[in-house]
Amino acid sequence: MPEAVRELTFAQAVREALAEEMRRDERVCILGEDVAEAGTPFKVLSGLVEEFGKERVLDTPISEAGFTGLAVGAAMTGIRPVVDIMFGDFITLTMDQMVNQAAKVHYMSGGKWKVPMVMRTTLGATRRSAAQHSQSLHAWFSHVPGLKVILPSTPYDAKGLLKTAIRDENPCVFFEDKMMYKLRGPVPEEEYTIPLGKADVKRAGRDITIVATSSMVQVALGAATLLEESGISAEVIDPRTTWPLDEKTLIESAKKTSRAIVVDEGYVRYGVTAEIAAVISAGAFYNLDAPVKRIGAMHVPIPFSPPLEDLTVPTENVVFEAARELCAHA
Amino acid sequence: MTATTYRTGADARISVEQWIRMYRRMVSIRRFEEQVNELYTRALMPGLAHLYIGEEAVAVGICEALRSDDYITSTHRGHGHCLAKGASPDRMFAELLGKEAGYCRGKGGSMHIADPATGNLGANAIVAGSMGIATGAAFSAKRLRTNRVVVCFFGEGALGQGVLYEVMNLAQLWKLPVIYVCENNLYNEYTHYSETTAGDILARATAFGLSAESVDGQDVRLVHEAAARLVEASRQGKGPAFLMCKTYRYHGHHVGDINREYYRSKQEEQGWKTERDPIQRLRDWLIKENLTDAASLDRIDSEAKTEIEKAVEFALAAPYPKPGEVDQDVYA
Repeated sequence: MPEAVRELTFAQAVREALAEEMRRDERVCILGEDVAEAGTPFKVLSGLVEEFGKERVLDTPISEAGFTGLAVGAAMTGIRPVVDIMFGDFITLTMDQMVNQAAKVHYMSGGKWKVPMVMRTTLGATRRSAAQHSQSLHAWFSHVPGLKVILPSTPYDAKGLLKTAIRDENPCVFFEDKMMYKLRGPVPEEEYTIPLGKADVKRAGRDITIVATSSMVQVALGAATLLEESGISAEVIDPRTTWPLDEKTLIESAKKTSRAIVVDEGYVRYGVTAEIAAVISAGAFYNLDAPVKRIGAMHVPIPFSPPLEDLTVPTENVVFEAARELCAHA
Repeated sequence: MTATTYRTGADARISVEQWIRMYRRMVSIRRFEEQVNELYTRALMPGLAHLYIGEEAVAVGICEALRSDDYITSTHRGHGHCLAKGASPDRMFAELLGKEAGYCRGKGGSMHIADPATGNLGANAIVAGSMGIATGAAFSAKRLRTNRVVVCFFGEGALGQGVLYEVMNLAQLWKLPVIYVCENNLYNEYTHYSETTAGDILARATAFGLSAESVDGQDVRLVHEAAARLVEASRQGKGPAFLMCKTYRYHGHHVGDINREYYRSKQEEQGWKTERDPIQRLRDWLIKENLTDAASLDRIDSEAKTEIEKAVEFALAAPYPKPGEVDQDVYA
């Protein structure tokens, strides 16, 4: 019998991925606000400056555009920076650096310059942090050719995907749901990586496919348990990366179950759910018994007041009800 | 190395060969840009281009102070920087025409020439877009101990972008080897910089503790002297510096900007061309100091003209990229 797999929190898994990659490759360094002694407000990076020193774990001024731009240039010239954008809402300040610079350098230079950098940031509401610290804006980067966008949903995935992102030759944006940092899950001691662009079936099922991203995977798994009690077998699929997107796995599952729901914490309009629903609709059209259903954040700025905020994001019950309704279609 | 060194004040350690090389580069850039204008006028070039004519002494004086493995970042008005850092005119023209033989396989065009072989991190069509990149390259140089220096070229219009102040702050905090070179050609596109720029420009850099100075950008000798000094200091670990070069764009904001009298007078343009032309100035000085003669410089002029004509012919004859190229190199 193999020993029970060790458990880590999501935050520990992220930290371990960074520590391992920094040990493996001395070009890897971390840049961001309060990343060194403070270890970020979420304490995700605690201990790294002690091991790797201030030359490799660098506290920056509160200048997201400046240090992200600096990371682009550093990545082009031999460093492998991992920038920390404390809240996903602050990616707006880095947009020119990421969208016009990082994403385009390789193509515009005819393939000559490369930008092997990672931006780590957060998404997710319900932390009572109001409209400027709660958004899930990963769809924005998913829209830009040249970037890769990663949305881990478990400690295991977080570690394996982050290690791959750090080794990738392209600019990668890694979104961590700040509400998941304390989530525990199995993470083996042994070295492993997870390829980008490969979806994971988090739970196999027959009657309906629930595609979910980031913490919505946990919501979908909860809904699947409720559905099981109602006699509905749900398959939960986590694409893990919005780009590259494992279209094949999504389509195959929808073909098998003939129904699909897509759950993502970003806004529904023009968002990740729209793209994935379109992929499934086009790819599995003749096998579907119902239109693909999309569930995401309400189209409002995230409100502060708890009872209001809770209305804006998908819950297990919302997904459960939607799935039941969909399964009622012949 | 050569023994024929002209020793006096600012020009100490600069050999005659170097002055001649700078002269040749300036002439070459001007002929190049004249050809670009010609290609545009004859509708042989797709899109637009922003000509560097009038500003040649800045790129040439500064790049002459750099090692070949030092880095530069450039701007939308970047042909001069790229050529001064060592790009070859034939592949430059090929890029401007969207041909596969271009520096970026035709995918970048006039505003995005990039070339690792000459340390060119890329021209950038976002005003101030390359300031982060330049500062990051300096970060690498320091961390990897390559002893390289980075020059970040930008126009005075970029003084309006906040990212400049973010990266100057970072560069000074971390003592990064980067020189911010502000080419003040007086006009943010179609607007005089005095309408957009409050206070003292150099004070914006000295506020962060950078050493900052201003130089007559029409005099390649002064530009080079300042650049050599600042680059050397930066290479020795003294951190970043800011150099403003006062210069003038003879042509419009881009090749299509023909009628400019609503923002500046023909008289003003004429004054800069006749009294402060950087090529004429160096030429006059070289002859006056008996470092060369008019016939030798005429020969360089004609060689440059031939080189540029051949480069254009090469580019015009070169094939476009194949359709299959369109989705190549989106990802590495």
